[in-house]
This record gives sequence, C-alpha cells and structure tokens, in this order.
Amino acid sequence: MWAYTARRILYAVPIAIGVTVICFGLVYLAPGDPVSMLLPPDASQADIEFLKKLYGFDQPIPVQYFKWLMRAASGDLGTSLQTSRPVLAEVSRALSNTVIISLGAVMLAFSLAFVLGTTAAYYVGRPIDRIVTGISVVGVSVPNYWLGIVLIIVFSVELGVLPATGMGSNGSDDFTLASWSQVKYAILPTITLSMVPLGIIMRSTRAAVAEVLAHDFVQTLRAKGLSELAVLRHAVRNALPQILAVMGLQFGYLVGGSILIETIFTWPGTGFLLSKAILTRDIPVLQGAILILALCFVATNLVVDLLQTAVDPRIKRA
Amino acid sequence: MTDLTLGSNILTVDDGAPALKVRGYWATVAHRLRYDYVTLFFALVIVLIVLAAICAPLLAPFDPLKTSMVYRLKPIGFRNFLLGTDELGRDMLSRLIYGGRMSLLMGLVPVVTATVLGGMLGVIAGFLGGRVNMLIMRTVDIFYAFPSVLLAVAISGTMGGGMANGLIALTLVFIPPLCRVAETATTQVRNLDFVEAARASGAPTASIVLHHVLGNVLAPVFIYASSLISVAILLAAGLSFLGLGVEPPTPDWGLMLSTLRQAIYVQPYVCALPGLAIFITSLSFNLVSDGLRQAMDVRI
Repeated sequence: MWAYTARRILYAVPIAIGVTVICFGLVYLAPGDPVSMLLPPDASQADIEFLKKLYGFDQPIPVQYFKWLMRAASGDLGTSLQTSRPVLAEVSRALSNTVIISLGAVMLAFSLAFVLGTTAAYYVGRPIDRIVTGISVVGVSVPNYWLGIVLIIVFSVELGVLPATGMGSNGSDDFTLASWSQVKYAILPTITLSMVPLGIIMRSTRAAVAEVLAHDFVQTLRAKGLSELAVLRHAVRNALPQILAVMGLQFGYLVGGSILIETIFTWPGTGFLLSKAILTRDIPVLQGAILILALCFVATNLVVDLLQTAVDPRIKRA
Repeated sequence: MTDLTLGSNILTVDDGAPALKVRGYWATVAHRLRYDYVTLFFALVIVLIVLAAICAPLLAPFDPLKTSMVYRLKPIGFRNFLLGTDELGRDMLSRLIYGGRMSLLMGLVPVVTATVLGGMLGVIAGFLGGRVNMLIMRTVDIFYAFPSVLLAVAISGTMGGGMANGLIALTLVFIPPLCRVAETATTQVRNLDFVEAARASGAPTASIVLHHVLGNVLAPVFIYASSLISVAILLAAGLSFLGLGVEPPTPDWGLMLSTLRQAIYVQPYVCALPGLAIFITSLSFNLVSDGLRQAMDVRI
C-alpha cells in the first residue's frame, strides 16, 4: 500500500512537469513575439527591453523554461494585462467560485445517478432500465451550454424565479451557502454543470452494480434468505469504490472544464476568467489559469486513485 | 409416384434440419444492426442531417447571409420565416441548414485526422514497445492531464480564433485517447501466437503490421473514434460559442447560439433552436456509436 502510494506520487511528478512544459509552450503558440504578448500594446520600448532581460527572452529556450518554472514555483505567474493584478491572486480567487458549483454539481449528479443507476442495474432490461439508460445518453449528448440557456429561458425569463446570471450584489466576497439571496445564483449553474457527470456516473453505477449482482455470492445471499433490499445493499457496497472514483474524476473534469457554463451564467470562476482572458488576449492570465487548472486535475486524479486503493483493499495495483 | 413424393419429402426433412448458417464477422454485424431499430432510426437522422448540409443551397428558402433591419428577431412561423429570424434579420431555417455544414465538418475532420495520426502513433508504440512506447505513451499521459475542454480552449485560445486553429486544437485533443486505444489493442495482438508464427515464417515487419496487426486494431479504434464524433461536435460548437471557432458571419450552430444569447428575453424559442440542432446531432451520433459498439462486439 505505502509502496504503491509512493510510486503513484512519483508517477505524477513527470506528468506535472510535462504540464508545465505545455503551459510554457503556449506562449510560443500565440502568434507574434512572446514579449509583446506579455505586455500591454502601449508598452514603451524600454519596458519591452526590461521584460526581455527580466524573463530572459534573449536566452536559449530551455533556460527560459527553467527561469519561468522557478518563478511559477515561487508563486509568480506574471501580471494580468487587463487588471495589472498578479495572475496567481486572480486565479485563486476564481478557483474557489468554480469549486463551489463543481462540488454542488457533482454531489447533485451523484445522488441522482446513484439511485437511478442502482435501480436500473436491479431491473436490467426492464422499462425502468431503458429510461435510465436513455437519461444517461441524453446527459452526455446535450450541449450543456445550450441547456444552461434553456434553463435561463424557463426559470429566469418565463417563470422569473431564479436569477439568470452573476453571483449576487456582493460578488464572490463573503459568499455563503447560508443565505438564499446568494445561493439562488448558484442553482442554475450547478444544475447545468451536473448533466454530464449525471449521465456518466449513472452509466458506471448501472454497469458496476449489475456486474456485482451477477456474482455467485449474490445467489448465496438470496439462498440464505436475505431480503432483496439487503442483497442490494451488499451489491452496492461492493460497487461503491468504483463509482466514487468515477465521481472524483468527474469533479476534476468539472473544475477544469466549466468554461462554457461559467461564461453563460457569468459566474466569476476560473472558466469565466479564462473566457475573458481569451476575448482580451490576456496571455499571462490564460497561461496561469490553464497551468493551475491542469495541475489541480493531476492532483485530483492522484487523490482519487490513492483513496480508491485505500478504500478497496481488493484492488492490487501492479 | 408415391415413392418419389415420399423420397422428396424425406429429402426436404433432411435439408430442413437446423442447418447451422455460419456468418462472417461483417455479416453478423449487419444482421445485428438490422434488428436494432434505435440505431437504424438515428442513423437515418444522421443521413438526413448530412444530406441537408450537402444540399443546403437547394433546401434553404433564403440566403443565410442576407440581413434585414426590418425583420429582426421575428418569432417562429412569422410570414415566410418558418423558424423565425435572428438578431440581424437573417432567416433561421436557412442558417440552421447551412450551419450543419460547419458543425459536421468541425465534428468529423478532427476525429478522422486524429484517428489516422493517433492510430498510427499507437500502433507504432504498441508494436515496437520498449523506449519508443515509453516516449510516445508518456507524452500521451501528459495530454491526459488536461480535461478535453481545457486543452481545446488552451490551444485555440492562445493561437487565436478561426476555423483552422479550431480544427488543429480539436485534432490535438483527440490524438492522445485514440493513440491509447490503438496502443492497447496493438500490444494485445502483438503477443498472440499467430503474429509470432508470421514472424517465424519470415514475414517482414511491414506485412505483419499491415495484415495481422492492423486488422485487429482497426475495430476497437473505429468504435472508439465513432464515440468521439459527438464529443467533437459538442466541443467544436463550444469553441465557436466562445468565439474561438468559426468566424461570423458564417452560419454555425455554436456561433449562432452565442450571438442569439443576447436575445433570449426577446425571442427565447428562436434562440434555443441552434442548440437543439447541436443536441439532436450529437445524440444521434452517440446512439449510433453505441449501437455500432454493441453490433461489433464479438464477445456477445
């Protein structure tokens, strides 16, 4: 177990380094001179020269990468061209907002998917199974940015019960889940964001529970006279680690992939920050946000993997 | 006379005995698909969408680019505009028909390109093994550290908008997963006895790969690629929605959804139409891909 943990963490290191290489390379993907990308268009020649020296753009690329990595490791991801604030501060402020709706979405998706997926697995091939399978296909096929717009049309335009966009008058400062006047802003983004994980978790729950139910020991449970509910409880407990792992990965995907939903709801998270950065070509913010999101995703995968191994001792990792 | 009838009767009985009809692989697949009505129905939907996109100039009642200040944001069924008009007074139906072209193009081209490139990389990695495998697959692992939306946005966001950049970004997003599928399949096949036998009988590497490996790798890669088409369509429309894909005024479902978003308080139903088109297309590709996977699964 500990050996596996150590190996798994070690394995994540080269991936994290690879992620930094890609994020570093992004600046070179952008058309034009990387220096001009990092400065506002009205920067003076002296400023450009200064930055060139500072960031070492006159040196070979590996040296530049190393310098960039050192700065990033010490928390200096550059300065936003738009707000002139440090990128790290901008991204971490936004990240907490993204986590709020991602966590809400994945929990909502899990509770629904768990109940429906288990029911479908118990009644494999019956109408209820078909309905659940249908819902999960719809969940993964629906363009969630469109679903967000449809929800706005229904709940904000037609019914007028929920706010369409934003995060309330105070923005993200002192956002609490305790007051309805703030929570109501998070409802539609959370529901919209939960659609894809709903479909995926439901599908894996159905598959995992159905697989366990096909085992011989289930027959034994029935033979010794357990009620069907008790049998199902055994099956679910066996399938749960796998389902929780899928849920964890989906959370990672949501945090990294919420850009479209946050843009629609102007929810001030990392996704919204990214889409603003794209519109204004704010390359430092773009680079910093992508770096942090990808590293979060690597960390989530690592934690999920380790937790799954800890929870389910049957998994023997090679 | 009687004897003859009797004889022929016996003969027919003999012939009618449960003859085992052995079908080939593709015949089995076709047979399974014939009775899979859901898959057939949605395959028909895809055919119709593709036909509509190809025959757009014949089908569209109006010029999709012709603007009109008078007829801006008209509701569904307003005069000749069957599905209403958009924020610049352009006919929605015509734009939706033409928009299918871009969405299908942006959905299919990256998947096909990535299937070829990723498949090749995967077969090379799987067949050669060793350091080459290590190099290719560890690089693939790094790309897996990005959620697909984030990777697509990262690449096309820094390179700037435009269709070409969008296509490149999406292709890069799909190469790693396809490479992984091809590598897994190749590694499995490579160690089977018949490949060993081919090598022992002196077959050159190229012909082993072409005749023995590729045939066994294509099916899983193809099935997986088909499931990516729906993802590609969703992602491509998403990029356009962010202003990173197709550029205005070209009709594209994602872009239409984005520009019409401002008008949801005026014409909510018209604004929902492009997304509905994306939804139907992506749903159809998803269900057909599911059907194909089931039909092509040899283990059933």
